[in-house]
This record gives sequence, C-alpha cells and structure tokens, in this order.
Amino acid sequence: MSSAATTVAQSAQQSAPEPAPGAFLEHSAAAEGRTADAAHSAAAHSAAAHSAAALPAADYSGYKLVPARQPWRWVGTVLVALGVVAVAWSLATNPRWEWGVVAQWFTAQSVVNGLVETLKLTAISGALGFVLGFILALMRLSASPLLVSVSWTFSWIFRSTPLLVQMLLWYNLGYLYEKISLGLPFTDIRFFEVQTTTLISQFAAAVLGLTLNQAAYSAEIIRGGILSVDQGQLEAAAALGIPAWRRSTRIVLPQAMRAILPTAFNEIIGLVKGTSIVYVLAYSELFYTVQVIYNRTQQVLPLLLVATLWYVAITSVLSVFQYYIERHYSKGAVRNLPLTPLQKARKFFSTHAAVNLDRAKDAR
Amino acid sequence: MSTAESPTTAPPAAAATRGHVEITNVRKSFGATEVLKGVSLTVPPGGVAVIVGPSGSGKSTLLRTINHLEKVDGGYITIDGQLVGYQVRGNRLHELREKDILKQRTDIGMVFQNFNLFPHLTALENVTEAPVVALHRNKAEARKRALELLDRVGLKDRADAYPRQLSGGQQQRVAIARALALDPKILLFDEPTSALDPELVNEVLDVIRELATSGTTLIIVTHEMGFARDVADTVVFMDEGQIVEHGIPREIFANPREPRTRSFFSKVIEPAFNI
Repeated sequence: MSSAATTVAQSAQQSAPEPAPGAFLEHSAAAEGRTADAAHSAAAHSAAAHSAAALPAADYSGYKLVPARQPWRWVGTVLVALGVVAVAWSLATNPRWEWGVVAQWFTAQSVVNGLVETLKLTAISGALGFVLGFILALMRLSASPLLVSVSWTFSWIFRSTPLLVQMLLWYNLGYLYEKISLGLPFTDIRFFEVQTTTLISQFAAAVLGLTLNQAAYSAEIIRGGILSVDQGQLEAAAALGIPAWRRSTRIVLPQAMRAILPTAFNEIIGLVKGTSIVYVLAYSELFYTVQVIYNRTQQVLPLLLVATLWYVAITSVLSVFQYYIERHYSKGAVRNLPLTPLQKARKFFSTHAAVNLDRAKDAR
Repeated sequence: MSTAESPTTAPPAAAATRGHVEITNVRKSFGATEVLKGVSLTVPPGGVAVIVGPSGSGKSTLLRTINHLEKVDGGYITIDGQLVGYQVRGNRLHELREKDILKQRTDIGMVFQNFNLFPHLTALENVTEAPVVALHRNKAEARKRALELLDRVGLKDRADAYPRQLSGGQQQRVAIARALALDPKILLFDEPTSALDPELVNEVLDVIRELATSGTTLIIVTHEMGFARDVADTVVFMDEGQIVEHGIPREIFANPREPRTRSFFSKVIEPAFNI
C-alpha cells in the first residue's frame, strides 16, 4: 500500500512542474492555506450553480459526505488517558515500588533460570496435555462404550482431585510403591524394575501432574469444540468416503478450532501462572525463585513485581500468537478477513498520504 | 403396493452399464417410529428416479440407506449385484468394516439439502479432497479434473472462493461437482433445491438436468414437481414409509391410481401446472 502511495506521489510531482521536488510538501501546504476557499468553491461550483437554478429537485451530487461525529468518544478517550497517566505517574514517582530493586533482579541469573523452568514446564505440559486431551476427546465421542467410559473416568478423577494433591501424590509415589516394575502380573517374572524415587524426579512429578490435569480439562474444551461443528460436515465427509482419522483432523478439527482456541489460550495462560504450584515440590521455577530471594532480602513487593512483569510479558506474547492463530482458523468462516493491526496501520498511513495528495491537487 | 413385486423404472435413454440399484424390502425404525415399512425399488443403470411425497414419508431416510449413512433394520440393497454395507457369510449378512463401507461410498455420490460444503476449504479444495484421500489420486490430476467439473457447473472462475463467499445456488453446484469428482455410478440428491431462493433453484436444476442424460444413475428426492416431470424416468410417490405408487411422470401426474397420490398432487401442483 505504502509503495503504491509513493508512486502516486511521484507521478503527482511529475505533473506539477513548477516546484522543486524537495519543496513539494511545503509548497502544497502553503497553497492549501492560500487557495483553500478558491479550491472549495471550485469543487462545489457546479453543484451550487445547479441547485440555485433548478428549484425543486435539489442536486446533491457535488456535496461531500461527512461521517457522523462522535464527541463523547473523544471525551471518554481523554478521561481514560488521564486515568492512565495518573496511574503511570504514581508508579513512576512513588519510591516504595523500589524500581531500582526490580531492575536489579529482573534479569538476574537466578530469576532468568526460574523463568526458563516456568517456560519449560508450560510448554511441555501444555503440549502433552492438549495432545492427550485431543485423544481423550475423540475417545469420549467415539462409538465404543469402553473408550467413552475410560475417557469419562479419567476426566472425572483428574478434575475432582486438587492439583496440589496430585503433585504431592506423584512426588511421593516412592512412598506408596517402592519399586516400579514391568512383568507378568501375579508371578515373579520381571522384565524391568527400577526404584520409584530415581524415576520420579521433581521435574517428572511436576510434568506428570500438570500434564494429566491439563489433559482432563483440555479434553472437555476440545470435545466442546468438536460438538460445535455441524453434524452435516461429518456426514458429507463420510458420504465422500473420507477415512475417520482424516475426517477428524482435516474436516472437523479445523472448524472446531474456532471454538477451541479462545478457551485453550485461557488454559495455557492459566498454566503459565499455574506452574507456580510446583513450589510444593521445591521446584525452582520463576515464582519459587522469587520467593526464595525475597525471603532472604525482605524486598517482597519489588520481587513479586519482577515475577509479575515476566508473567505479563509471557501473556502478551501468547496473546499475539492467539490473535494470529485465531485469524488463521477464521479462514472461510467470515466472508472477508478483518485487517491485522499492522495492515490497519499501513492503511491508515497510506490513506492519509492519499488525502494529503488530494489536498495538494485541490490546492493547485 | 405389495413388497413382493418391486417397481422398476423405465429403461434409460443412454445405454449405461453400471449403477443398477436394487432396494429390497427395506425396513428402518427410529425408536418406536417405523419410518420405512418394507420398501422395494429398482433403478436400472442410467435411470432417473424421482421420489416425491409429504414430509416424514421416509424419502430422505430411504435415500440415506442407499449409501449406508443410515443402517437398515431389515431388507437389503444391492448396487450392480453387490450388497451395500454387508457381506454374506453362511446364511447371515455381516456388516462390513468402516474401511470397506467407505470404499463402497466412493461409488455413490450424495448431494445434501444444506450443501454441507466444508466451509474452511475453497471450492476447489472441497472438490479435490475426496479423490486425493479416498481414491489416492495424484494431486495435480485431481486438481485438473476438479477444475473441469467446476467448469461444467459453471463455476470455474470461483474455484478459489470459500463457500460463504458464494450464493446458495453456487454452493450447491460446487457440492454437485464435489460428488461428481469420485466418478460415482450413482448420484443421490436429497432435496437439493429446498434451501435455495426461488430465483436460484433453476441454476441447480439445470445442472442436474444435464446429468440426467449422462448415463449416471440418479435418485432424487425433491418437491419440484415440474422438474420431476421433466427429468424422471420414474416418479415414485411415498407416504408413511411405503411406496404408494410409481410410474412414468406423464401417467402418474395425469392419472394417479391411488386416492392418496391424487390428494397429494392436487395440493402440491398448482392449477396452472401444465401436464
């Protein structure tokens, strides 16, 4: 768009021989000021003449269309802006926020390590949770009573147990079962045997707990999305001989995604902060790290602020992803895709450039 | 109509060799309601059978049993002598596995009342999906064929449009192209124009009319009586889960034998309708 505007500008320059290229803008601005009335009357000239001559049938063809004014919107904008400035001012000027301490710890090695752990936990348990959730949702919607009840029971158990309890159970599995082995049941034959405590580390317990819990919730989210797709879609696909797996992944899921994504991102963003529950395992992710630091330094608020700012940053990035992913899946669901913020900005500048050009032309 | 003798449509104009449909004594219940009470019908290769009748008479259900979207409770259906949805083992009919049913369905195209186009795929993608996935055709080849089919239904220039960017009539024409892409022996139409604006009905009927002479067996459920008269070899009138009467269009519209048929036609055919 901007390049198109530039070419227009260039051609306009060429058609206006008198001013030097560099002086073009100043010239046109000045011309606008000087000859504004003249240009305006020239544009409206024919219309005015016509309406004056022909009495009853008014001709509005030379009139400009003016969009409705929204004065209250401006008032609202000013009030909101004042509020924002007031909050920003207090944040900046109140010394008790201790921004110096925040800045000092924000990129400290231990905090960054904690952040990486948080991201790792979120990514792994989020991904595994949603994959398992997808399988559970398909099981729940299948024709097999066995698969339906297995899936239902899974969701029932993991949604009714507090996450904290799940975490502690997984971590303390070694207390309940000293060894984990694979063999023939009710015999002494063992193919494989390992100490539970070596198998279930803090990390494993955290991932296991978060994943299974996440799977139970995302199964319901995905199931809801699938149910929102019209039954006729499955029927049409079946009538065309498209195999079941392909029907799910190619026909139903892409349409279900529209219903799934907003809630799924809620879950993921919840999970980012939800990972802080692994503090019960003394697992040093972001929140636990920050707690350890402020217990030592007694700078509670600034350190909580450090963690919060990082959470805000992660959520912001995720929100951008959400916007574009949702936009991708709205393909075909809306007649025309709305513009992205970037495209809007480009359009704004290019149309304004065009308007300026028009004015320049009018002035001439 | 007794179930013993099976109504047969008149021989088709084109000398078609495939797509012989034999429906024998088919029964189907939804809960306590029996929607098909032993229906038998034969449509020869290349034949055009139009099924008419009041709502709830079992027309659509009958159509959906032909590609096993609806399982029958009794009776059987064969296409070119091959059982649909079942195989014989001993003296029992065992239901086929999904994989084999899907394979059978590629011979039977279906066009739905609500089009059921895939809204997230373009017109072209809608048409190429099944040939590539179900018949394992080469992508480029499927695309070429799809463009031919879209051209045939008059929509070549809308190949990259999404269904929601098309009018109802255009969507239904894409749906017909999609069904044709599998080169089916039989095409089933379930009230293909019922969801359309009156103005758009004809563009769809014209496409079906053209197909009627192509040698593909067509079984059409519709409320368009004028269209039925034009294209059908046989008009089948159904009521309350049974075939009441059938015959060539001229006869059945002009001189229905059964009182139920007469009363139905007197309501649905406008007085000015020229028979």
